[in-house]
Amino acid sequence: MNNPLFKKNIISIADLSRNELELILNVAKSLKETPQPALLKNKVIASCFFESSTRTRLSFETAVLRLGGNVIGFDDANNTSLFKKGETLVDSVKVIGAYADAFFIRHPQEGAARLTAECVDIPVINAGDGTNQHPTQTVLDLFSIFETQQTLENLNIAFVGDLKYSRTVHSLVQAISLFSCNLFFISANTLAMPDYILEALDKKNISYSMHKSIEEIIDSLDIIYITRVQKERLHETEYQHIKSVFVLKKSMLSNVRENLRILHPLPRIDEIESDIDSTPYAYYFQQAKNAIYARQAVLALLLTNKFTKGDEE
Amino acid sequence: MTHKNLQVEAIEQGSVIDHISPQQGIKILKFFQFNNKNEKITIGLNLPTNNGESKDLIKIENLFISNTQANQLALFTPNATINQIKNFKVVHKYKVKLPTSFIGMLSCPNSNCICRHENVKTTFYIQKNTTLKLKCHYCEKSFDRTFFNELY
Repeated sequence: MNNPLFKKNIISIADLSRNELELILNVAKSLKETPQPALLKNKVIASCFFESSTRTRLSFETAVLRLGGNVIGFDDANNTSLFKKGETLVDSVKVIGAYADAFFIRHPQEGAARLTAECVDIPVINAGDGTNQHPTQTVLDLFSIFETQQTLENLNIAFVGDLKYSRTVHSLVQAISLFSCNLFFISANTLAMPDYILEALDKKNISYSMHKSIEEIIDSLDIIYITRVQKERLHETEYQHIKSVFVLKKSMLSNVRENLRILHPLPRIDEIESDIDSTPYAYYFQQAKNAIYARQAVLALLLTNKFTKGDEE
Repeated sequence: MTHKNLQVEAIEQGSVIDHISPQQGIKILKFFQFNNKNEKITIGLNLPTNNGESKDLIKIENLFISNTQANQLALFTPNATINQIKNFKVVHKYKVKLPTSFIGMLSCPNSNCICRHENVKTTFYIQKNTTLKLKCHYCEKSFDRTFFNELY
C-alpha cells in the first residue's frame, strides 16, 4: 500500500482520516526511536512565518535539520515584499513555491494555508492560520497521548480551562473523536465548549460530560489536557476568579491512576502548580519535545514515499 | 375576481418563481439583479395561499432561470417552485434544490478570512443540522444565513 500522504498537504485536522493519523503517529514513533539524519538530504523546505511564533517555528526548523534538509524562509512578515511592497499572498507563495520542495506557513488570517496549497505545486503544511487550524499541534498532542497510553482507544480524557476559544482543544477533540474515548469537559460557563463541537460529538456518538471542578473526576482519568485561560478574552474580575478555580495542584494527585499524564500546549501561566513538574504525571515538556518527531513524521510522509501503512519501521 | 387575475396573469414566455417565502421576494429581485433587466416583471408580496399562509411570487418575461440560479434561490426560499412558460403554457415546473456548495456567490462574514483580503472565489459548503449553516472553504467557520449581507 502506498503512503496516502505522499505529496499531499496538511491544512486541517478535519482533512485527515483515522488511518492517516495512525500512520503519522507510527512514523513519529519510528523516527523518535531510530533517527534518520539523511532522509531529507538535498531537500529545501520553505519556512514562512507571516506571524511570529517561537516554539512552532523552531520545532519545524529543527525537524527539517534533523532529517538532513535545508531551511529557507523568514520569521516576520515585515521583511517581505508582501508587507513592504503590497504584494499579494498568492503572488508571494507562488514565487517561494518555485524555490522549495515543501512549504510550511503560519499566517494571521484564517484560510491562508489552504489558499497557499491551491497556488503551489509542492506540499504545504499549515503551521497555524489565525484562529482556525494548527494541525501539527494536534498530531503532537495525539502522539503524546499514544506514547504515554500505548493506545488511543477507550481512554478517559479531560479537557480543562479555556474550552471556548482554544484552537488546540477544538482540533484535538475533533481528532480524538475518530477514536472511542470518554471525554470530560471542565470549565467555567463562560469558557464552555462551543455547541458546534458538542453537536459533532453527538453525531459520532462520542461519550462526554461537563464538570465544574477537576476533583470531581480526576481519579478516573488517563489524560488531563489543560490550557491557559486567555486573559484578553475576559473581564479582569472574571479572569481572576476563573484563573483561581481551574488550577491543577499536587494535592489533587494523591489517588489518581498510575498511568495518568498531564498535557499542556504551553505556554503555561499558573494553571499547573510548578511542584507537579517533578511528578511522573507531568508530561508537558516531553510533549513539547514530541513536536519535533510529529513534524518530522509529517515532513517525511509528504516528501518521501518510504513509509507505508504497516511498514513504518 | 380582480385579485385572482392579478396573481395568475399569464405571461407569453419567461419564468414564474412561485411559493417564495414571505419577505424574500424583494431580496431575490435585488440579489439576482432581475430589476436591472428591461423585461417586464410582476412581483406579488404576501399573497394568500390555499392553506391560509402567505407567499411572494415573481414573474419575469423572456427570462429563463438557469439551474445555477435555481439552486441559489434555495438559500432564500427552500420551498419555491419555478415554472418555465412558453406560449402561455407551463412547459417545465420544478422545485428549487439546495446544492452542496455555493461558489463565488457570497463573501465571507469573517473579516479575518483570507478570501476577504485576496482575489479568490469564495466557496461555502451547506451544513444541515438543526439549522442550515454555510461553512467557508477557507476559514472553516460556519455561519447562519443571516450573517451574509447578500442574503439579508
